Amino acid sequence: MIHVENLTKYYNEFCAVDRISVDIHKGEVLGLLGPNGAGKTTTLRMLTGYFMPTSGTIRVKDYLLDENLLEIKKLIGYLPESAPLYHNMLVFDYLDYVAGIRGLDKDQRAFRIRQLVDLCGLGEIMHRSINELSKGLNQRVGLAHAMMTDPEILILDEPTSGLDPNQIVEIREIIRKIGEEKTVILSTHILSEVEATCDRVVILNNGKIVADDHVENLKQTAGQKHFIHLELLNADFQKVCHGLNGIQGIENTEQIDETPGGSLKVRLACESAVDLRETIYQTIKQTSWVLIGFHQETKTLENIFRELTKED
Amino acid sequence: MHQAIRICNKELKDYFISPIAYIVISIFLLVTGWFFFTTFFYYNQADLRNFFGLLPITFAFLIPAVTMRLFSEEMNVGSYELLITLPVTFKDVLLGKFLAGVLFVAAALLPTLAYPICIAFMGQLDWGPVAGGYLGALLLGAAFVAVGLFSSSLTRNQIIAFVVGMAICFSLTLIDKMLFFFPNSLLGVIGYLGADFHFQNIAKGIVDSRDILYFLSVVFIGLYGTHLVMQEKS
Repeated sequence: MIHVENLTKYYNEFCAVDRISVDIHKGEVLGLLGPNGAGKTTTLRMLTGYFMPTSGTIRVKDYLLDENLLEIKKLIGYLPESAPLYHNMLVFDYLDYVAGIRGLDKDQRAFRIRQLVDLCGLGEIMHRSINELSKGLNQRVGLAHAMMTDPEILILDEPTSGLDPNQIVEIREIIRKIGEEKTVILSTHILSEVEATCDRVVILNNGKIVADDHVENLKQTAGQKHFIHLELLNADFQKVCHGLNGIQGIENTEQIDETPGGSLKVRLACESAVDLRETIYQTIKQTSWVLIGFHQETKTLENIFRELTKED
Repeated sequence: MHQAIRICNKELKDYFISPIAYIVISIFLLVTGWFFFTTFFYYNQADLRNFFGLLPITFAFLIPAVTMRLFSEEMNVGSYELLITLPVTFKDVLLGKFLAGVLFVAAALLPTLAYPICIAFMGQLDWGPVAGGYLGALLLGAAFVAVGLFSSSLTRNQIIAFVVGMAICFSLTLIDKMLFFFPNSLLGVIGYLGADFHFQNIAKGIVDSRDILYFLSVVFIGLYGTHLVMQEKS
């Protein structure tokens, strides 16, 4: 559907996006993830034709971006960050204007706007001026703008930024509904959002792709170690170290916390190939320590993200 | 072209829904009306020469105030990104905004048609120079709108856009009155650059292709400059 090759963008000397190549397939919901300034917005702006790439090619369906920009624009619905709509227009006037530019004739316009009103929940605000709208409502009008012609590709730049939790859930619900049939690309730095809505995630850091995989795969493959947390009573760290380091597969033991007269918290770094939980339990059973906490740290997207985008 | 007309419609609506249009047009009518009629009866001549004589200076003030928001505001709010990612080309956007500006100037000139009509009752009015004057006023307006668009594309700040636009329009209006500052060899060229000089030619009722060409060139240079500036920004 979308084929990006060696996409590069320089702002004067500063390299914002560095030789990105990615293929996006039809019907995929792709999350573009990265810390602030990683090049997410710049990448999206190049995909929509707002910025011209310094080098590299973008192909959407059979159209090349630098040759058939107008055709590509017709295929794409785009919602920029924080939905900068014309603030002096009424919501209805605005949607009507967009529908006109998108080439819908009078009857289609009325019909489509009514559909979008239902989909995005705009019923109450059609006659209000855009500058009176709250952030969340403004975002929904922006979403209606992007979906005006039911485009095949939807590009959303931080669609949930600045919304309250209820609104976030609503917008995600809408995105998921659209994502069943359309290709959706969304950028965000909220990890739970990616887990909730995306099939596939591309992590950017300093303008480069550092990971590109399905969310599940990424969780499994990233990182060589996993961690087990123990909370013990009646034990001191030296003895625990001595007792547990004998077990094969445990690479390192570290003390997290000790409350005087209370419990000792340790974290064990283990090779991920074997499950050591049983062995550890058996070892502890033979001592006089009292085990009051025992859990395995699951690889969250958050850990992976932090690992991949850590500054050296 | 359809897209350009839609954009033009939207810009015109913006002007006339908000108070901008009414404020600007009433100030324009007040200023031109006052300066024209205070001396009109004193000269005791049934013509509009005085009115057209003042027009370039008033336009140099007024038109940048009208055009300053066309690009600056869009870039400041960020709505330019939404506009240009819709299926429109930059030409559509530019042409739409330019047309909206020219139509606004026409709308401001429209009420002043009352002057020649009144004067025609008072004395023998020669309609030739009047028609020429209005044609010239539209051409001058179009040239200044192009200049205003250019200055608006330079910055996100509307005030800067206004001041820069006004500075350029003023220079174009006054440059042929400053000829004594320039060396002799340049007089012809610089005299030719003056907008007022060409406008007064047309306002006399002499429609010369050189004068028309001058205004069309200013329009073209202004619009092309805008195109270059906006291209540089992407």
